[in-house]
Amino acid sequence: MNNLVKGETGDWEIVIGIEVHAQIVSNSKLFSSASTKFGGEHNTQVSFVDAGMPGMLPVINWVCVEQAIRTGLGLNAKINNYSIFDRKNYFYPDLPQGYQISQYKQPIVGEGSVTIDIDDKKSKTIRIERLHLEQDAGKSLHDQHPEFSFVDLNRSGVALMEIVSMPDISSADEAQSYIKKIRSIMRYLGTCDGNMEEGSLRADINVSVRKPGDELGTRCEIKNVNSIKFIGQAIDYEARRQIELIEDSKEIDQETRLFDPKKGETRSMRSKEEAHDYRYFPDPDLLPLSFSENIIEDIKSELPELPDDKKERFQKEYSLSTYDSNILVSEIEIADFFEAVAKGRDPKIAANWITGEYFAAMNKLGFSITNSPISIDNLSKLIKLIEENIISTRIAKDVFEIMLENNENPEEIIEREGLKQVSDSGELEKIIDNIIVENPDQVEAVKLKPKLMGWFVGQVMKETNGKANPKLVNDLLNDKLN
Amino acid sequence: MKEFSTLSIKETISSLKNKDFSVSELIDFHISSMENGRELNAFITETSDIARKKAIVCDQNYSKGEDKPLEGIPIGIKDMFCTKGVKTTASSKMLENFIPPYESTVTQNLWDDGAILLGKLNNDEFAMGSSNETSFFGEVKNPWKNSMDNFTVPGGSSGGSATSVAAGIGLASLGTDTGGSIRQPASFTGTVGLKPTYGRCSRWGIIAFASSLDQAGPITKTVRDCALLLNSICSYDPKDSTSSQKKIPDFEKATDESIKGMKIGIPKEYEADGISEDIIEYIEKGKEWLVESGAEIIEISLPHIKYALPCYYIIAPAEASSNLARYDGVKFTHRVDAENIIDMYEETRSQGFGDEVKRRIMIGTYVLSSGYYDAYYLKAQKVRAMISQDFKEAFSKVDAIYGPSTPSTAFELGDKKKDPLEMYLNDVFTVPVNLAGLPAMSVPVGLDKKNLPIGMQLIGNSFNEESILSIASCIEKSAKFDLNPNRWWINE
Repeated sequence: MNNLVKGETGDWEIVIGIEVHAQIVSNSKLFSSASTKFGGEHNTQVSFVDAGMPGMLPVINWVCVEQAIRTGLGLNAKINNYSIFDRKNYFYPDLPQGYQISQYKQPIVGEGSVTIDIDDKKSKTIRIERLHLEQDAGKSLHDQHPEFSFVDLNRSGVALMEIVSMPDISSADEAQSYIKKIRSIMRYLGTCDGNMEEGSLRADINVSVRKPGDELGTRCEIKNVNSIKFIGQAIDYEARRQIELIEDSKEIDQETRLFDPKKGETRSMRSKEEAHDYRYFPDPDLLPLSFSENIIEDIKSELPELPDDKKERFQKEYSLSTYDSNILVSEIEIADFFEAVAKGRDPKIAANWITGEYFAAMNKLGFSITNSPISIDNLSKLIKLIEENIISTRIAKDVFEIMLENNENPEEIIEREGLKQVSDSGELEKIIDNIIVENPDQVEAVKLKPKLMGWFVGQVMKETNGKANPKLVNDLLNDKLN
Repeated sequence: MKEFSTLSIKETISSLKNKDFSVSELIDFHISSMENGRELNAFITETSDIARKKAIVCDQNYSKGEDKPLEGIPIGIKDMFCTKGVKTTASSKMLENFIPPYESTVTQNLWDDGAILLGKLNNDEFAMGSSNETSFFGEVKNPWKNSMDNFTVPGGSSGGSATSVAAGIGLASLGTDTGGSIRQPASFTGTVGLKPTYGRCSRWGIIAFASSLDQAGPITKTVRDCALLLNSICSYDPKDSTSSQKKIPDFEKATDESIKGMKIGIPKEYEADGISEDIIEYIEKGKEWLVESGAEIIEISLPHIKYALPCYYIIAPAEASSNLARYDGVKFTHRVDAENIIDMYEETRSQGFGDEVKRRIMIGTYVLSSGYYDAYYLKAQKVRAMISQDFKEAFSKVDAIYGPSTPSTAFELGDKKKDPLEMYLNDVFTVPVNLAGLPAMSVPVGLDKKNLPIGMQLIGNSFNEESILSIASCIEKSAKFDLNPNRWWINE
């Protein structure tokens, strides 16, 4: 295990548990018919229920229940076909009912697990404790008026899944892999869009440190971290802070902390003494949530292929490396893109191009696979041209650059630019013979120093503007010079 | 025009059909009764204009022969029901100026059947109380003064609902019943009050007190009128997850059914409970009437109902403490501005709620707190299940349960105000029914020596309102109770 952190008194182990809050993909909210669309005008997507108006009652949205079941199945978890909605009571201006409807003792999904990759060879299982359904709160706006805070209730009542991990995570890297994996699974399933900027995915991170083999240390909870980068930074900072405190013989307070991305620090939000007593109790407005095994079976039978299975298939079906497979299955869109490009082509060349040139260009130009400037069809054609030796890999890179500009058909590009590879041995022989005649000294030298063969290859390429088939050139030179 | 006030809904409708008088005449009469009865303090909001306007439409419907079952019937609505565009206060300062932009399902059902809103009725604040003395809008007076000529309470929390009907203002009213809030005031005022099975009536649009116990129901002059209103207000409502999809029978028909051969249980536990002698006398009389009508009286046991009151006073406040959290000053309520948000909450809620509401919020918060939850709330839920089981066993032997609605008749205004515990004890017979979710009603049987009405309670099996309506109808015929208090509040 290389996850240990060095301190003045020796090595420390970090223990991390994560609560992911994932917004469910659904048109309407968990208990009301108001829209969940992102970015609406303030308070335009609010039903009387979401505003906590007197006498209003929640009614469960079954789409959200199905999404939770789907997610639970994707996390290899036990689905509880009898669960309870509880009220979590606390006062907050953007919590209009004065309580959040959540699930406490009996959640809809029980224990499960996900596998994260440590490196190309090793993977690790992170156990999931539970997944439960709950309402989101609204949003307080403090920058709209000099004296007042405003409240936007568009998010109030939006359905969330809280996914709670066991404290099985032992580094910032693992935590990031875990979040990425959960996000990927939910995106495959279509249950959460995973958009962290829009707040569709947030994480509360519990961090504690201990000497290897010791009892669990006092933990701090870092609330509402909303980017994978910040999750890493927050954990590293927090672990270091705790280690320094202990090594200075100071106590760690069990508390809730906030991560400040500008400073890269965590700071105290409230202590254990200030912690709320949420007074959970079953919501009398709602019946227990129950459904038949058939519903679970139906959803199970319609589950898409998930990342782990897809990875295994890619390795088997396309003989791809673990590394390439991991990258390709990380997002459903990438996996689909790859399979479409690779259809009828050499999958290894397709994989290399997508994970190499293609991703590099996308990153550089700020595009993503969903708004790719190059169509699947044209990329596939490029792979075909390489595969059939019509162009060399080097020429292919030039063609690719041109394609990036306006998604031109690569066949037309090489036709127009005359980039077809020269594989005509007669034509190449002529060129080689010329070079031999004109450079007698070099011909003598290569006999003593075979490494000088590269000079001849270079001359041929120069003469052909790089279009000569390199393998053929090598073969011909070998014949003529040895 | 005196005859208007003595007519039942049934009689009024046949007169309207006969064109003996118009809906507008009827409404004018009830509006003037309402105005003349202001000393009773039954109404918080009078909706005379709405009533007059609708009366015209109702008259047209009668002339076109398009009259609906309750066409033109003036009805008062407890101020716990949200009425669209009409102030709905829950009798609290907190909601003093709240005008809901929606109509409760139950009241909408009434309007759809042609009934007319006469006004919004006073009640104990947030339906918490047994005397209608906790209202921010002042106490309601029972039309029945006692023999000492002192004012008495109408009971609560539906005090305004009971008083208005007993005083002949409006032909019926709606109340809500969480622990007896329909039956106890009905009993105190000589009216008929019924709490349906939990789930019969939608709770959508009713300001919540204790969600697992709240149920709407009618207060009327006669058992038949009660059935007519039930026919209208009961419905399956997809907006209320606890609403029942069970078939709704014709309740009026049940009031004509014979009770011959019916088995009626009397819990032996009732004997121990310090019931006033006059009431005991009427329990016996009632038994005789039932036997004369061919019913069989069977002694039953409900061993756990002695725990019902403490159990209720844990569960109801627990739910209330959460239900009332939304009244925080942030939106739609009274607000006291303060330096910061915490002070704003505290000031708003300190000023906005009355003592009884605060008391229950504190009890509820306490019993749900970590470290106390298991000992109080969870235990109370277990007791609740045992009480339900008691009733279940009883109903395997009997068709209905009979007994008094309250241990005493109406007490004097201010009498129990200082002692909450004594006040709570008044609910001893009504509370177990809510815990078990059963239907029950109070039917008047006579007057005690203080000249105050006595009500008997009938408890039915789950979704069997029909049996208790049949029995109540039979008692009504035998008792020949005359709902005619001395009209002291009219200064003429």
